[in-house]
Amino acid sequence: MELLSGGEMIARALEDEGVEYVFGYPGGAVLHIYDALFKDCKVPHILVRHEQAATHAADAYARATGKPGVVLVTSGPGATNAITGIATAYMDSIPMVVLSGQVQSHLIGEDAFQETDMVGISRPIVKHSFMVKRAEDIPGIIKKAFHIAATGRPGPVVIDIPKDVTRPDEKFEYSYPESVKLRSYSPAQRGHNGQIKKATRMLLGAKRPVIYSGGGVILGEASDLLTRLAHELNYPVTNTLMGLGAFPGSDRQFLGMLGMHGFYEANMAMHHADVILAVGARFDDRVTNTVSKFCPSAKIIHIDIDPTSISKTVQADIPIVGPVHSVLTEMLAQIGQMRAKDADLPDTAALERWWQQIDEWRAAHGLFTGRRYRESEQIMPQQVIESLYRATNGNAYVTSDVGQHQMFAAQYYRFDKPRRWINSGGLGTMGFGLPAAIGVKLAFPDADVACVTGEGSIQMNIQELSTATHYKTPVKIINLRNNYLGMVKQWQDMQYEGRYSEVTYADSLPDFVKLMEAYGHVGIQVTRLEDLDAAMEETFALKDRTVFLDVLIDNMEHVYPMHIAPNGSMKDMWLSKNERT
Amino acid sequence: MRRILSMLLENEPGALSRVVGLFSQRGYNIETLNVAATDDPTLSRLTLTTKGDDLHIEQVTKQLNKLVDVVKVVDLTEGAHVERDLMLIKVRATGAARDEIKRTTDIFRGQIVDVGPNVFTIQLVGTSDKLDAFVAAMVDVDILEVVRSGVAGISRGEKVLSL
Repeated sequence: MELLSGGEMIARALEDEGVEYVFGYPGGAVLHIYDALFKDCKVPHILVRHEQAATHAADAYARATGKPGVVLVTSGPGATNAITGIATAYMDSIPMVVLSGQVQSHLIGEDAFQETDMVGISRPIVKHSFMVKRAEDIPGIIKKAFHIAATGRPGPVVIDIPKDVTRPDEKFEYSYPESVKLRSYSPAQRGHNGQIKKATRMLLGAKRPVIYSGGGVILGEASDLLTRLAHELNYPVTNTLMGLGAFPGSDRQFLGMLGMHGFYEANMAMHHADVILAVGARFDDRVTNTVSKFCPSAKIIHIDIDPTSISKTVQADIPIVGPVHSVLTEMLAQIGQMRAKDADLPDTAALERWWQQIDEWRAAHGLFTGRRYRESEQIMPQQVIESLYRATNGNAYVTSDVGQHQMFAAQYYRFDKPRRWINSGGLGTMGFGLPAAIGVKLAFPDADVACVTGEGSIQMNIQELSTATHYKTPVKIINLRNNYLGMVKQWQDMQYEGRYSEVTYADSLPDFVKLMEAYGHVGIQVTRLEDLDAAMEETFALKDRTVFLDVLIDNMEHVYPMHIAPNGSMKDMWLSKNERT
Repeated sequence: MRRILSMLLENEPGALSRVVGLFSQRGYNIETLNVAATDDPTLSRLTLTTKGDDLHIEQVTKQLNKLVDVVKVVDLTEGAHVERDLMLIKVRATGAARDEIKRTTDIFRGQIVDVGPNVFTIQLVGTSDKLDAFVAAMVDVDILEVVRSGVAGISRGEKVLSL
């Protein structure tokens, strides 16, 4: 058996795990590991400019590929800088393994230089964490970490590694385990058959059904099955912000996103539904509005791999714990059997009436059945997303930051495929978009990758423009610039009588075009609608350049629809500044 | 409603903090907490009491089960069980009060485990209610210190919490 040091074992284990990239930043506590990476490691390392960006890039790599993202940071500030990115991944259930350096074992607890209790600090935002005590344990712990991160409901796993454990002069026998056995960790492998049968019967008996699907369908690789099920029954589908792309956005049966900024027809259909099939979704507060008023006449079937997601906020009538893929497979089989016995299932007449109702809602206030935004002399943010959609034929990977631009992108870019919409839904992390775009571009060098952002968010990780130069990752940054922190301003307009507290820095923005040039990128500014499409085309035509398209937009626009809160239900929405349901 | 949740934990550093952290992170409350090694050196047994309705306890139990270091969880209050809390209570004991305290201790089947010229330390084992009742019975007695182990519990009959 081969003898390796702790540091070498880490490098080798990453190879053996099939890791494609490590995103990281070196420092004192991880020097031995970096030396091992330098000497003999086939896994390329992506040197970011801030550890937070390493986590976002790794996270987005995971979202786009389905494989765990890998991060390597040093102790102390390296570890704490990674925290926001770990929390981002945790909230959206993204598989990630974070290796953090730690001070030498004998110094732990002594407030040593660059010491922080990483296992403690990260505890509430990880799926699990390990502290390595002995170098011999490294292969086993890394194997376990990847297993835990990627199975069940995925999530980030931290491995904290004291420096002495990686020292080069102590070598140990190395072999990478082939399998993992954890007596206290066994995610459900399949759903309960009886429950699935009951659920299928309820689903087929529905007169006003809605399929409400979330990020779990994408994580569980069940988009095809969900689409098949919906098509087979001709049931309407709505996706959460995290679930966009799980069902084709351009499909007639797609009602659009639901929730706080969901489509009118999606929220109305949910409110009036008699049966809701929730798949890999978690009834988040940004979906439900007031829980006690949520979908008053609906029976709820809830499929999720994570039992804690079921009946956490909204009681499920038929809970099914299991991987969405296997549960939907079983459900499709059940549907086939039940329909073979009773060809009248589901009730097509009722379904036809339901679709008529939905089509009326859609015609009245749907985002694609008429212009739903204001006339303005300036470019409207929605027009930018529509232009982006046209220029990329709806095929781009779109990362986003957080705010109005994120909602406009979610509403107007119709994602037809899973894993194309990469955003921080749960934590809502500004600064996510650019490093995320770099992570996606590394995974798919030939794909169009756009980062939809605003002048607020982009500045939260703008240093990564340098990483984009370094690794030649030609991403396209679409900056919806309204000179305000738009979403904050929207709330200040709506709830604080327009008192714009600390919400603009228009006078101190950099000249983004010059800034891009300084980094060796291309900056293009657009101010007139008639130039927008051409500039967008040009942005994507510059295949091998990072391009920043700075689009000056109307600064008074709000995101609509918007749930009326507090005390509103799903159907209570603002449809424009002066129009409500 | 009061519940006794008892669980087997991996005997790993940080396992306890994951359980306790879960409670503070999610706004659950812990009324008592007891944790110690078992006959299996790889496992600790943790017992805690908390309050909540069925839905709340169901969610707490699911969240606990989700922790990788938690091997098994049981709600002892769901079935017949034995629960014990241990209290050591130090009281001022001088003059005539010494006899009175001794009598009350006997009635509660406690033991005086340490005697000083002016103080008694009494040990009492029982349900939490019994211990509360004893403290309440110590009227006119100067209580100097109270320490309780928190509830430990076990199911009655054949039912066992094991791997």
